[in-house]
Amino acid sequence: MTDQTAGTAPAGLSPDEARRADAAHTGPMLAADGTPLKKSLARALRRQKLRALALIAPLLIFVLVTFVVPIGDMLLRSVQNGIVADTLPETVETLSDWDHDGTALPGDDVWTAFYIDMWFAVERKEHTRLGTRLNYELTGMSSMFRKTGRQVDRFDTDVYGEQFVALDPSWGQPQSWAAMLDGPAADALPLTARTWERWKDFNAEEGDKVLEEDIPDFLFTALYHDLTHGAEVEGVSDRLSAAKAAAAEFEPVDLSAQFADADEDLGNIDVWKTLQLYSPRVTSGYFANSVDMQLTPDGIEARPENQQIYGILFKRTLFMSLVITGSCILLAYPVAWLLSNLPMRTANLLMILVLLPFWTSLLVRTSAWKVMLQQQGVINDVLVWLGLVADDARLTMINNQFGTIVAMTHILLPFMILPMYSVMSTIPPSYLRAAKSLGATNWTAFWRVYFPQSVPGIGAGSILVFILAIGYYITPEIVGGNTGTFISNRIAYHISSSLNWGLAAALGTILLAVVLVLYWAYDKIVGIDNVKLG
Amino acid sequence: MADMTNGDAFVEFERVQKSYDGETLVVKDLNLSLPKGEFLTMLGPSGSGKTTCLMMLAGFETATHGEIKLAGKPINNIPPHKRGIGMVFQNYALFPHMTVAENLSFPLEVRRMGKSDREAKVKRALDMVQMGAFGGRRPAQLSGGQQQRIALARALVFEPELVLMDEPLGALDKQLREHMQFEITSIAHNLGITTVYVTHDQTEALTMSDRVAVFDDGRIQQLAPPDELYESPQNSFVAQFIGENNTLEGTVKEISGDTCTVQLADGSVIDAKPVNVSAVGDKTLVSIRPERVEMNKERLSPDAHTLKAEVLEFIYMGDIFRTRLRVAGVDDFVIKTRNAPDQRRLQKGEQIEIGWLAEDCRALDA
Repeated sequence: MTDQTAGTAPAGLSPDEARRADAAHTGPMLAADGTPLKKSLARALRRQKLRALALIAPLLIFVLVTFVVPIGDMLLRSVQNGIVADTLPETVETLSDWDHDGTALPGDDVWTAFYIDMWFAVERKEHTRLGTRLNYELTGMSSMFRKTGRQVDRFDTDVYGEQFVALDPSWGQPQSWAAMLDGPAADALPLTARTWERWKDFNAEEGDKVLEEDIPDFLFTALYHDLTHGAEVEGVSDRLSAAKAAAAEFEPVDLSAQFADADEDLGNIDVWKTLQLYSPRVTSGYFANSVDMQLTPDGIEARPENQQIYGILFKRTLFMSLVITGSCILLAYPVAWLLSNLPMRTANLLMILVLLPFWTSLLVRTSAWKVMLQQQGVINDVLVWLGLVADDARLTMINNQFGTIVAMTHILLPFMILPMYSVMSTIPPSYLRAAKSLGATNWTAFWRVYFPQSVPGIGAGSILVFILAIGYYITPEIVGGNTGTFISNRIAYHISSSLNWGLAAALGTILLAVVLVLYWAYDKIVGIDNVKLG
Repeated sequence: MADMTNGDAFVEFERVQKSYDGETLVVKDLNLSLPKGEFLTMLGPSGSGKTTCLMMLAGFETATHGEIKLAGKPINNIPPHKRGIGMVFQNYALFPHMTVAENLSFPLEVRRMGKSDREAKVKRALDMVQMGAFGGRRPAQLSGGQQQRIALARALVFEPELVLMDEPLGALDKQLREHMQFEITSIAHNLGITTVYVTHDQTEALTMSDRVAVFDDGRIQQLAPPDELYESPQNSFVAQFIGENNTLEGTVKEISGDTCTVQLADGSVIDAKPVNVSAVGDKTLVSIRPERVEMNKERLSPDAHTLKAEVLEFIYMGDIFRTRLRVAGVDDFVIKTRNAPDQRRLQKGEQIEIGWLAEDCRALDA
């Protein structure tokens, strides 16, 4: 005990002395134990922060893992283009040297590389995926890859193998290849060495032993290509020197002709231009497409007028979202005002009516609008019955913009009423009374005193409704027809029908950016601090 | 009272009734008139109808029956904004999105006053409440007392002849409240405006008003200047509501002119002044202020009745002593004595004898 008391009061200052010490002390404030006050405050707050972090950690991890990361990955697809380089690595490599401005088709090295790449792609069944990908850029690519894929196994390249084996039977033995490419020959025969590695990997994937497999035709083709294209084999091995000397005399196989036989499109220079254009792993092509441009060998160009759709869709989406937000404001304001000024019991009852749509399925509500608005629907029937509309001139109120605006205004209305109500219910009625007692008419009191204070509610509701509207999908899909669909419907089409996820991701990224820009602009103009949701 | 209903009354309530639900009357048959320049306070517990009266005068509630007149003209059907009555609200109701100067300028703008006139008047009003330097601030940047001053200035800036105040000092702390009481009354008197002030704080009512109307149960229980209200309450509600008060229950034994004797429950007899008892045998509550109870027999008349009392508690309060006694079976009989040099401090358990002048003890309704 004595130790403790001695320990807790080391300074043993009387209050008077302490005060004098404080006054004399001019440096940073110190805590009771002598550490700087800032430091000990930071330590005290750190524990609070850690605690807060621990409390939100489960949700944070959940959202990160299931939402943020997948969406980030999805958005990255808007620029990712690895599929070409992954499927046709040798072709992409050789094609990079090809001059696309000329009129000549690519040379022999490209054809050889394409032959080898295609063989692996076909075995792995990747060529159809690549075809689908490139078909977004050039129509016909998909069928070209499929047709070529069927033929690539039947090329006449077996003559190379026969000629090598005839020269030296050891060329038919995998062991001799393995031994050769393990040594200095690998440097002399780059294409052969790379292809041998791919062949080994392929066998490993298939569970086969490479040393028990016959040497495939494309390896002989690669070897032939290396040997006839200036391989430095002097002093590597006699067998190779002999092969090089003999290869010059071998009967060649014209791969370009073989491919042209498989599909005549491969003789089209546009195919090769497209392949070269989309060789890089990162492309701006999707973004160019989503703003009605296209990637060409000479840079980004506008698409022809008749192919421009996304600009119109973006503009329409923005315009309709604004109209929907505006009509929500007009309809919700009086309701919110009434709700916040009625006695509690009545207000609660009305609030249930406002919330009722939330408890009904979105599909049901949208379908109900379909029943209401269609040409043989309730509203038209009533109008005809009243004689306001002729039976043969029924109004078209659905499958157009009007229908989308009506249905979405109805569906999003609660999102406008609730924030408005929560703001308005905090405005005491005494403000209006004060304004009136000061001589303001009902309208002046409302407009100069009440309305400015309700603006935060309008702001919050508008942001909510606008952001919900701009990405809305189901309702425009059902009642939008051709003229009332949103950009989100197009995104959904590319996700689920055309499977062009890259374009969908680019469109989605643009949509996200537009919303963020609007959000930022709103913060500048109205101030996000002024937004109250409750 | 009769002289108050004549032609020079500035504000008049005539037989005014108010009901919200059609079943109960919140205000029952209110008759009230006040002359120009008077400071009248409506005092009463919550639910007594005082605020409803104020709201009817301001025009935010309509009278169910009866007539309210302002300067001789009935105003029942005039909307609030045309009545030209200044009003200070309980929570000030300063417009949060406007600066102080804009708040003050608002009533002038809606009256379409020119810009230079407006600025001059706003400045004058701000100077009047000593807030000249605060015109550019927002209400949220002011303290409660400052907001209160601005609310007062705003109610006065358009020079109304009548100002209504609905518990304007309720949100302030005690010291500030006392200061503002003084300030409000001096401004009101200097400007010569008529003021109707609503409060449930009796100290406020007594210190500020020319006359106080004590409300209870939808009626004015008594309308009188503060001193009369305190010293001559007309009924037991007023006696108990205003100030501290001792009540004893009893029966009138004898009445002669302006004195009577009352027999208490334990049989002892006291002197009192009959206020609203009329006949021998009436049940009565007698009321006596703690400071009017006398312990020194020499100061009483020789034939005065006295009561025996036992000291239960002695509380030292600085300027006064507060002593709780048991008198005639009642445990909460309180007397207050001044902390004077010759004043004895009573001990707990001490037996003393108390009495009073008959006119200080009022025999009221039971």
